[in-house]
Amino acid sequence: MENKVTRNLYMIPYALWIIFFVIAPILLVVYYSFLDIEGNFSLVNYQNFFTSTYLQMTLSSFWYAFLITVISLLVAYPTALFLTRTKHKQLWLLLIIVPSWINLLLKAYAFIGIFGTYGAANNLLEFLGIGSQQILFTDFSFVFVSVYIFIPFMILPIFNALESLNPTLLDAANDLGASKWTTFRRVVFPLTIDGVKSGCQVVFIPALSLFMLTRLIAGNRVITLGTAIEQHFLVTQDWGMGSTIAVFLIIIMFVIISLTGIRKRGA
Amino acid sequence: MSRKSSPFANLFLVIIFFVLYAPIFYLIFYSFNSGGTMSGFEGFTLDWYKELFSDTRLLIIVLNTVVIALLSALISTIIGVFGAIGIREMKRKRNQNSILGLNNVLIVSPDVIIGASFLILFTMAGIQLGFYSVLLSHIAFSIPIVVLMVLPKLMEMSPSLIDAARDLGASRWNVLTKVILPYITPGIFAGFFMALTYSLDDFAVTFFVTGNGFSTLSVEIYSLARQGISLNINALSALIFLVTVVLVIVYYYISRRAGNQGMGGMRR
Repeated sequence: MENKVTRNLYMIPYALWIIFFVIAPILLVVYYSFLDIEGNFSLVNYQNFFTSTYLQMTLSSFWYAFLITVISLLVAYPTALFLTRTKHKQLWLLLIIVPSWINLLLKAYAFIGIFGTYGAANNLLEFLGIGSQQILFTDFSFVFVSVYIFIPFMILPIFNALESLNPTLLDAANDLGASKWTTFRRVVFPLTIDGVKSGCQVVFIPALSLFMLTRLIAGNRVITLGTAIEQHFLVTQDWGMGSTIAVFLIIIMFVIISLTGIRKRGA
Repeated sequence: MSRKSSPFANLFLVIIFFVLYAPIFYLIFYSFNSGGTMSGFEGFTLDWYKELFSDTRLLIIVLNTVVIALLSALISTIIGVFGAIGIREMKRKRNQNSILGLNNVLIVSPDVIIGASFLILFTMAGIQLGFYSVLLSHIAFSIPIVVLMVLPKLMEMSPSLIDAARDLGASRWNVLTKVILPYITPGIFAGFFMALTYSLDDFAVTFFVTGNGFSTLSVEIYSLARQGISLNINALSALIFLVTVVLVIVYYYISRRAGNQGMGGMRR
């Protein structure tokens, strides 16, 4: 009996944490989604969400997140594959991860300088004879910087999946006369699909909710679900509508997780 | 997967590394620019660093950030370790899984949702936005990470180790402090360290739960960056880069000792 009492004793802070910081916040968001701007109980937010403005925003948010995820995957997969073939691969992997530890805002700030009217990117374009372009505050800069930020998170799970691949399978494919491309398509890729899935999961969900980049890099041209939530909570103070969008984001999140499987980040 | 790397593969990797590091070194490079912009290097100067160190407001913000990070990492490590021990001792697998499911909610949730829901929570509970709301939310989002870092170590511990200690007459407290905690120390350190970096790095959650008059570094950089370029941010980022590299080396050393290969638990 003593066993049980002491166990419960030190579980108390953790249990309280689950109640107050995991369960309560979700319930509060759901509760607030039913309040209109005056604080009365109503379904007006849900009605609003299904008007063209919000549906279009959700759609474009999806489109950008999809683009960001696909481009990240196209860059990250070969990177992970080539990394596994290097000597000292753990060290190289660490070096890939280091930039992801630098504060996100600083990286965004760096791109304000690089993509600015007189920044390095435009200097390069001038040098190539293309001439100066408006790069900052465009869709391109938004997607580029997002991909830049997410790439390490895509590389890591794919790298781990490739690492746990049994090398004798490659020899077997080789012995059976498969070309390099066939081996990749029929053996390597299917066996590392779990890494790809968890990579997509850790990129897609945050990409739906980026809001600082839309402000700093996209100059408010791009509005994601995250931007809309931030706008409603901190600018227009319409917490009800913000919560409604949050509810949909949570639902989307659960759908994506159930599609790609729950996995520890980076595992 | 160990085959010879082709020249194409090497070139590809070189480009990736260049793109990943270029912005960081671009920032650091221009922190020494005597002209006030991030384009056109005029001459070498340390003025921006001098300005940085004479900016008391910014130094206080740095101090806030570090205090919040250390405190939240410490508290979340304590709560998380006990939580993990509790989860391990659960008899039924189903209970264990449902607790772990709840544990992971804050890890997969987008920052915006965590921030917004905590803002509602603190407002409802009547907690003033400022130091304590930021501290509480940092503790809250660090606990699940600590649990995830500690739990594997606990799971690999043989139960006969505890039985043996009990048979030899150790009290429950002794079992905890003399057997369990020393065994999982590497996991605890890794968890603490992860919590520390998450806290230092967080922007979105903090942005929602800071009131007027309290700010952390990320929030401050955001508001400065929205106003445009000022080279003391560059100087600051150079210093942060240095600190980060040191932290990464420390973490690498710890995780090597802990023996877990993948750098688990990463954030956007």
